[in-house]
Amino acid sequence: MMRARVAFSGAIHTATPDREGLPDREPLLLDDGRLVTGEEVVWLPPFEVGTIIALGLNYADHAKELAFNSQEEPLVFLKGPGSLLGHRGTTRRPAGVKFMHYECELAVVIGRRAKNVSRAAAMQHVAGYCIANDYAIRDYLENWYRPNLRVKNRDGGTVLGPWFVDAADVPDPSNLELRTFLNGELTQQGNTRDLIFDIPCLIEYLSAFMTLAPGDVILTGTPEGVANVMPGDEIACEIDGLGRLVNTIVADESFGR
Amino acid sequence: MCSIPFEIAPFRLTGAVYGTLLNHRSALTELGDKAAQPPYNAPPRAPVLYIKPRNTLAASGDAVEIPAGMSELEVGPCLGLVIGRTACRVPEEAALHHVAGYLIVNDVSVPHDTFYRPSIRFKARDGFCPLGPAVVPREAIVDPDALTLRTYVDGLLVQTSSTADLVRSAARLLADVTDFMTLIPGDVLALGVARPAPRVRAGQRVDIVADALGTLSNEFVKAAR
Repeated sequence: MMRARVAFSGAIHTATPDREGLPDREPLLLDDGRLVTGEEVVWLPPFEVGTIIALGLNYADHAKELAFNSQEEPLVFLKGPGSLLGHRGTTRRPAGVKFMHYECELAVVIGRRAKNVSRAAAMQHVAGYCIANDYAIRDYLENWYRPNLRVKNRDGGTVLGPWFVDAADVPDPSNLELRTFLNGELTQQGNTRDLIFDIPCLIEYLSAFMTLAPGDVILTGTPEGVANVMPGDEIACEIDGLGRLVNTIVADESFGR
Repeated sequence: MCSIPFEIAPFRLTGAVYGTLLNHRSALTELGDKAAQPPYNAPPRAPVLYIKPRNTLAASGDAVEIPAGMSELEVGPCLGLVIGRTACRVPEEAALHHVAGYLIVNDVSVPHDTFYRPSIRFKARDGFCPLGPAVVPREAIVDPDALTLRTYVDGLLVQTSSTADLVRSAARLLADVTDFMTLIPGDVLALGVARPAPRVRAGQRVDIVADALGTLSNEFVKAAR
């Protein structure tokens, strides 16, 4: 099952795709029976988000793109709840920066407490999946706890959605195509089969030192093809079976700066 | 997750706790010339932050486990700001108006001597962020930039540090941090630990004492496994 969390008409609702409606309008069936379109609602991150764990350099091609050698240990960093944003949201690009880029990623949502979980048992702890767009501004990179929060944890820098999709409906998460369209042009493409550290491996690695809880989410990293984004740009991240996550870049003026 | 209710707005913590690396002058002093050498190449310009996720949070009185195979941990006494009003792009002069109160944070780490990559495995372990014992209202601290923290291991004074020696004061740090990330009521921003860090072994008790803030007290024990 796919479900979204949306704000509509003064309340927060669970919504599912309305298969009868026109796909372009993102038709939704709300939990109270109302039929609405995706343009009429405010899309929220599709589940109650706990700890946000993100991976850097987890696709061989992207690591090469950024000129990094292979690692013995996953490059893990954390993101805070203030950076979260839903589908159809806007993310600010500060004036004067040279390189701000999207990162389309498969997000793995934990459904069962995980502590010292083996690779073999890891997938039993996954509740489901969604698409993540994990923005970065490379101008702010410094070599201290790199990539640091000023690069990665900006307001609106963690876009999740549109749907939370149950694990049961994603038969093979290790073979999903990822695609990003920048203003309609395909700029990024990859497949989760090329993850350096795959999902069971990440759950085993992380749960060996931190207990994962339901709602914790692992952003598994991005493949090659990141590109600079400018105010007005529309970024659409797609993953097979998970939908299409759209975000728009805006300038400082939108935030009164 | 630990819960520390308190009697002033916003009455509860959100569970989001941010730490600040190298914000105490003693930490930069300890690094010395290394800060300008590879892999760092230059001392930090912007605040360097890290997250103590919800699995790390613990209350005063909770036991902190020392992971199997490790003989000792570093304790990281520091002052934590509890946000009281949403803080987005706050000017330094008005920054402290966004603070509801203060608490003691023990930012526990596995000893590590490289700060190049985010050290999640060293800083985000279960129970590695005792907080408390309570949140005291802002008015109880006359000057957050002149607060002394005393750390005792089994009753023996092992470190005395002052927020007067911070690189960025509480207000300056809030201003710089909220330029790129919004903090909401109940979030905690820890101001940075003094170095060198005191070490603690299994069976020892750590007490961190600050005027008006009380004592944050935790036993360190061997992990069950």
